[in-house]
Amino acid sequence: MMTAALADSATMLRRNLKHMLRYPSMIAFMVLMPVLFLLLFVYILGGTVGPAGHTGRAAYATFITPGIIALTAVAASTATAVSVASDMTEGIMARFRTMPIARVSMLAGHVGRGVIQTVLGMVAVTAIALLTGFRATTSAAHWLAAAAILILFAFALTWLSVALGLAAKTVEAASNAPTPLIVLPFLGSGFVLTASMPAAIRWFAEYQPFTPVIDTARGLLTGGPIGHNAAIAIAWSLAIALGSYLWARKLFSRDPVRS
Amino acid sequence: MSSPSPQASPAITAIGLRKSYGEHVVLDGIDLAVQPGTVFALLGPNGAGKTTTVQILSTLIHPDGGQATLAGYDLNREPARVREVIGVTGQYSAVDKLLTGRENLMMMADLYHLGRARANARAQELLEQFELTEAAGQLATTYSGGMQRKLDLAMTLVSNPRIIFLDEPTTGLDPRSRRTVWQIVKDLARSGVTIFLTTQYLEEADQLADQIALLDHGTLIAQGTPDELKRMIPGGGIRLRFADAAALGQARAVISPPAGTAGQASTVQADEEALTLEVPTGGSVPELRGILARLEDHGIDVAELTVHTPDLDDVFLTLTGH
Repeated sequence: MMTAALADSATMLRRNLKHMLRYPSMIAFMVLMPVLFLLLFVYILGGTVGPAGHTGRAAYATFITPGIIALTAVAASTATAVSVASDMTEGIMARFRTMPIARVSMLAGHVGRGVIQTVLGMVAVTAIALLTGFRATTSAAHWLAAAAILILFAFALTWLSVALGLAAKTVEAASNAPTPLIVLPFLGSGFVLTASMPAAIRWFAEYQPFTPVIDTARGLLTGGPIGHNAAIAIAWSLAIALGSYLWARKLFSRDPVRS
Repeated sequence: MSSPSPQASPAITAIGLRKSYGEHVVLDGIDLAVQPGTVFALLGPNGAGKTTTVQILSTLIHPDGGQATLAGYDLNREPARVREVIGVTGQYSAVDKLLTGRENLMMMADLYHLGRARANARAQELLEQFELTEAAGQLATTYSGGMQRKLDLAMTLVSNPRIIFLDEPTTGLDPRSRRTVWQIVKDLARSGVTIFLTTQYLEEADQLADQIALLDHGTLIAQGTPDELKRMIPGGGIRLRFADAAALGQARAVISPPAGTAGQASTVQADEEALTLEVPTGGSVPELRGILARLEDHGIDVAELTVHTPDLDDVFLTLTGH
């Protein structure tokens, strides 16, 4: 039973990766938004803004790169939600539903592709950030730990976007569903210190999931303090992943919309 | 098309299937029985509920009420077992257009856990059977409508299903592709597979099906073999054309009242302009010979004779009134 589910998930992942490779422009399109924000903040604003100790273009680039990487995960969510929503309209999905396949595999294939796509986007964005002056100051072990935190967060957001893609009635609606997430790195620690914010916004900023993820990644990459942030980031990611998985499973077990 | 053995339990039974979308009743209590190894055609116009019936029987959607068994498995309680014995080719293309023909078949083989060697062999076998070998390496998005439909059918056959659903298998195909699909269906039926197909084409049901059910507005209005259905309406007759109005008048007097029942007399119709006479008959040769003999006895020449036998169109028009 379990092995069949794994085998079916692998088959579905192969299918989705072939789709991804046959539309490589998707990844280029995906990194466009975070890269534009990166260039805007480093080259237009970076000369004058930046929290104390992070002023100057290169230092500010280093400060905001974790936030830009989180923004990449949001952009990738849009791509995932769109591909899930459009896949649901395809006749092949109706065929899969009438076959003796583990149901979760049809979603797992999309999640696998979504995570791989997000990580590729994060790598591309990080490479561009390095060109703008971003410098990590720590060891390879810290790089790996930061990557692990970010991949876990990508996994959580991918499950969320799979659910959003299933919930959307149209492909257009799916492409808009994850858009509100774009503000979260801004209403968090992505571009300024939360301590500089007005009380109400600061309260929100400190308790929303992007802040501990960004703070943990920043701490690991640039040697800053991490504190409880790593544990909170992991807890948030697991909670989002589990909640979204349950939601997606419920949505997927409904009868498909009448065509 | 093999005839069902009387002892065999039906491959598909359905009792009282119902489905509504909001206020709109799509299926209003459908009873069906399909014998193993036969071709069953569900015939009806657009919106009659054909696709909904296939979607329910193939486990894609749940009925609001009613029961069904497929190969002995209960549709509502054992959908996973049902899925193991069926294959479905839906109305809309169910191929992955971003994969090649061979990749599509391999994907199906993988999902049925055939194993690498058997998967390769099965894919190759089906590509050859459906004459897709040359296009095997191309993305399905480049295929013509007929090729996509063939690939679709080939994918359905990967697992050698015992029951196959074909929802309007030839809609949108050119006449040549339609013939190809018909041949495939006939070959499958000969191999003992049970086929449940839907169609809006009466000719298609006539050509392929052992049993036909007529569906209209979510209700079955008739069931039977093609011949049984044709016998349900009187529709047949002959049309006689004459050289002039005088001959037409004489012939009319000779033939009415006809030799048959008195009730038929009123249905002998003359068309003064076309100089034709429509005479309903059962279509038998003695009946025809009798009419011609009487005309000859009276020295009336027939310029032209055409025979009209009832087809399913007549059945459908008669039973639905539209």
